[in-house]
Amino acid sequence: MTDPVWPMLLGRFTWDSLPFVRAWHNPTTNELIAAAAGGIVVVSGIAVLVLITVLRRWRWLWTEWLTSLDHKKIGILYIVIALVMLARALVEANLMRLQQAVAVGNPGFVAPEHFAELFSTHGSIMIFFMAMPFLTGLINYLVPLQIGARDVAFPVLNAISLWLTAAGAALMMASLVIGRFSTGGWSGYPPFTEIGFNPGVGPDYWIWAVTLGSLASTMTGINIAVTIYKMRCPGMKLMRMPLFTWTSLCTAILMIFAMPPLTVATALLALDRYLGFHFFTNALGGNMMHYANLFWMFGHPEVYIVILPAFGIYSEVVSTFSSKELYGYKSLVIATMAIAVLSFTVWLHHFFTMGQSASINAAFGIATMAIGVPTGVKIYNWIWTMFRGEVRFTTPMIYALAFMMTFVLGGLTGIILAFPPLDYIVHNTLFLVAHFHNMLIPGTLYGLLAAYTFWFPKVFGYRLDERWGRISCLCWIVGFYLAFMPLYVLGASGMARRTQAVMETAYRPWLYMAEAGALILLCAFAALIVQLWVSIRRRGANDVFVGDPWDGRALEWSVSAPPPEFNFARLPHVDQAHWFYDAKRKYAPYAPPIAYHDIWMLRNSAVAPVIGIASGAATFGLVWHMWWLAIFGLIVIFAAVVARSFVRDTHRVIPASEVARIDESWREATARAQPVPREIETSPANQGLALVRS
Amino acid sequence: MASLAALLLLLGGCGALDLGVMNHAGPVAADQWRLYKIVAVVLIFVAGPVLLLVPLIAYHYRLDNKDDAYRPNWGFSWSLEALIWLPPIAIVAGLGVLLCDATHQLDPYRALPSKQPPLEVQVVALDWKWLFIYPDDGIATVNQLAVPVGRPVHLSLTSGTVMQSLLIPQLAGQIYAMAGMRTQLNFAADRPGVYRGLNTQFNGAGFQHQKFSVVAMPDREYRHWLTLRAADGQPFDDNVLKSLMQKSVAQRPLFFSKVPPGLFEHMMMANMQKEEAIR
Ligand code: HEM
Ligand SMILES: [Cu+2]
Ligand SMILES: [Cu+2]
Repeated sequence: MTDPVWPMLLGRFTWDSLPFVRAWHNPTTNELIAAAAGGIVVVSGIAVLVLITVLRRWRWLWTEWLTSLDHKKIGILYIVIALVMLARALVEANLMRLQQAVAVGNPGFVAPEHFAELFSTHGSIMIFFMAMPFLTGLINYLVPLQIGARDVAFPVLNAISLWLTAAGAALMMASLVIGRFSTGGWSGYPPFTEIGFNPGVGPDYWIWAVTLGSLASTMTGINIAVTIYKMRCPGMKLMRMPLFTWTSLCTAILMIFAMPPLTVATALLALDRYLGFHFFTNALGGNMMHYANLFWMFGHPEVYIVILPAFGIYSEVVSTFSSKELYGYKSLVIATMAIAVLSFTVWLHHFFTMGQSASINAAFGIATMAIGVPTGVKIYNWIWTMFRGEVRFTTPMIYALAFMMTFVLGGLTGIILAFPPLDYIVHNTLFLVAHFHNMLIPGTLYGLLAAYTFWFPKVFGYRLDERWGRISCLCWIVGFYLAFMPLYVLGASGMARRTQAVMETAYRPWLYMAEAGALILLCAFAALIVQLWVSIRRRGANDVFVGDPWDGRALEWSVSAPPPEFNFARLPHVDQAHWFYDAKRKYAPYAPPIAYHDIWMLRNSAVAPVIGIASGAATFGLVWHMWWLAIFGLIVIFAAVVARSFVRDTHRVIPASEVARIDESWREATARAQPVPREIETSPANQGLALVRS
Repeated sequence: MASLAALLLLLGGCGALDLGVMNHAGPVAADQWRLYKIVAVVLIFVAGPVLLLVPLIAYHYRLDNKDDAYRPNWGFSWSLEALIWLPPIAIVAGLGVLLCDATHQLDPYRALPSKQPPLEVQVVALDWKWLFIYPDDGIATVNQLAVPVGRPVHLSLTSGTVMQSLLIPQLAGQIYAMAGMRTQLNFAADRPGVYRGLNTQFNGAGFQHQKFSVVAMPDREYRHWLTLRAADGQPFDDNVLKSLMQKSVAQRPLFFSKVPPGLFEHMMMANMQKEEAIR
């Protein structure tokens, strides 16, 4: 059973690599859970394939989605990946919570190694395959629209980033079906993840999934930064850009500089594991402290990579649903830039306990508190944005309010952790787990969900159901407090993180409370799915084709919902910030252009899916030591890049008449629509045309 | 009914905090707890305004309220700007001074002021147990660290395996133990008792069992304990070393006598020369 099967072909594969075989031989709850998880992946994978075949949707999928270079479609695909991965990571979080609640004074039902896989996959997925793809998808979709562009600067590169991310996510899914995942946590610290201590495939799955994700993000960063620098429409000066575009720019810059240290760290670890190098081993001159530095030189900026776009989202949401100018736009921009720079100067606070001198710890502790100032001040910008506004408590706005009040609590515990002597006591405990969830759930997840609700009508042309949105939102809020406030107590009581079982019965009530919270969080996700289902069924009534359901401010609201593939029939000329908002009040924003012109758009390209599938195959080959597959995948990638460079005929024309037809039919709808006052903007009366009052 | 259940839950859970720094039993943890309280009080002033203003302003300026002002184009004020930037900067500057001072005061490497010389104990982190070596007495224990009350203790730590982190919540907090390197931790126990110590850095399947107890006893008893261990401890030889290096959980504390001098240095450097120990 544990002998390799055809090692030339299948590398390290043994029959025991399959969770189904393991469960057959040893049907414990633990193995059955693993087999069920693997089964769900296989069955749902097959179900999707069958469904597409039965509905005869393969060609449609290939030409409309998989090979499309349209930034909007790429953005949507990113978010689809993120939602699937969110579902998995949430289920894993619930399993961990249930295990800890049960395993007080007994071993529970999840075995230690399996528990370790759970926290490693949960953490890695939430960061690399939920938060990152979600925000990358939003940036992809929105930034070109907000700056008045037709696409990103490098559309092919954009598609390749998407497909590398998808390959990484697929690798995470494969680890459920074949083999086991790493037990080294999302940070993968050596020497624990070195070959001497973990010879299996787990750490290799982690290394390659994260490497694919980090490469994709580096390329995304370059793409977004260049897009914002070079592709703005006439008149869109930097200081006229919407705040979401600003935070996207900062995130892109952070990606460019912060992802490479991670890629280097995982690459060096791979050299250790595959070729017997000694970068981070105990023996022969290796030193894991280098890894800690490299990882957190990525890891701390990463926190801001995932939080800054949410800050941009909240800025748009709060100012839109207060019908008011954003307070202190300039100081928000300056604060965001300050954060982007400062975030590279604090990484050491993740290992105050490594034995460096007190002066070093003090310096990094103070730097950590300093970065809290521009971060914290932003909350006041949103508060003063609501001041003298007309605040509506729509779903995105509730997320924003919950964020402000919850995030500040996370900030407080962050300041506590910035004090080295206080960190010594709660480092590596559940206090830390509570702290970073207290930042990441309001700071990232709520922001992403607010964005999802806010921009969904723009992307799909109809509003999401408000009632189910609020139910879901309420569950995310209540669930968060119940699930994570007890962890502060447990951490202060000395309960280590990543603990599969505890012996202290005093922990039990808090673990129960956290388990109840985790269940409510699961309900929140279920409510999100119900909301989507209900909204799709009622899409006729909630149609907002005109495209401006919330009296929006930035350019994306000035086009139809969903926007035409070329975004703008004529590229806008702007002469001030939030030009569209003022145009609605001063001129006729829906007046047709004087003339229509031919528009050149990119043809589809199969190069990105080919590279994605090949890199998924190559890294899978590397994980399993199927060298032929690894080499084959690399050759395909190389060949695809070369072949693409010979393609001359990359563009196609949308004739002016076609542009005119699409644009005019939208303008007619605009003229027919009834403007909706703010009071009833969440009712079916909303046809996407805002009633303008100054 | 539900609220009664919740109340019972809370009462039952209060015991948890007794396991932590709130129930400190030594000068280091006591200082840390005092620092917690100071920082917490300051932080109330940081969070308070946000927690009050967000609901108040959002509610007052709601769309339904027709009595309030509406200034859609107002978006900046220098005095407000000063009000939101200056206090946080001042608070962080003040906290910065406190932080710098406290970090030096509570530096784990700093010897505690005392008339007695510190007790030297060397700690080797193993999978999944802790080895404590008393070099001056030639004894060693697994998962039990006995210390005399009132006398400072100086730990030197290394790892015979992957990185680990030693925490004794009621006495002192945390320092990493890394192979080939020596880190240090100073602490003392003020009152007799048994305190929980643990590894907080995940290191494999036995991680959750890697706990040890710190037994603080009066000096006389401590000396008695030393003689007992020297008498009943198993002599520490190569076989013991080999079995300790195996991955295993120690069900109860183990005691060794006749510990060879230089064992700690040997274990610290052992990893450096050879390939990874466990294959
Ligand atoms: C929404 C519900 C969520 C729940 C119930 C949840 C629960 C958990 C639990 C139980 C753990 C393990 C704690 C331990 O070490 O004992 C954990 C770890 C972690 N979570 Fe979450 N989580 C949630 C959302 C998120 C989100 C949104 C993110 C990031 C965007 C995230 C990132 C992480 C990370 C990075 C870890 C550390 C993994 C490691 O130890 O290596 N989680 N979470
Ligand atoms: Cu950090
Ligand atoms: Cu070190």
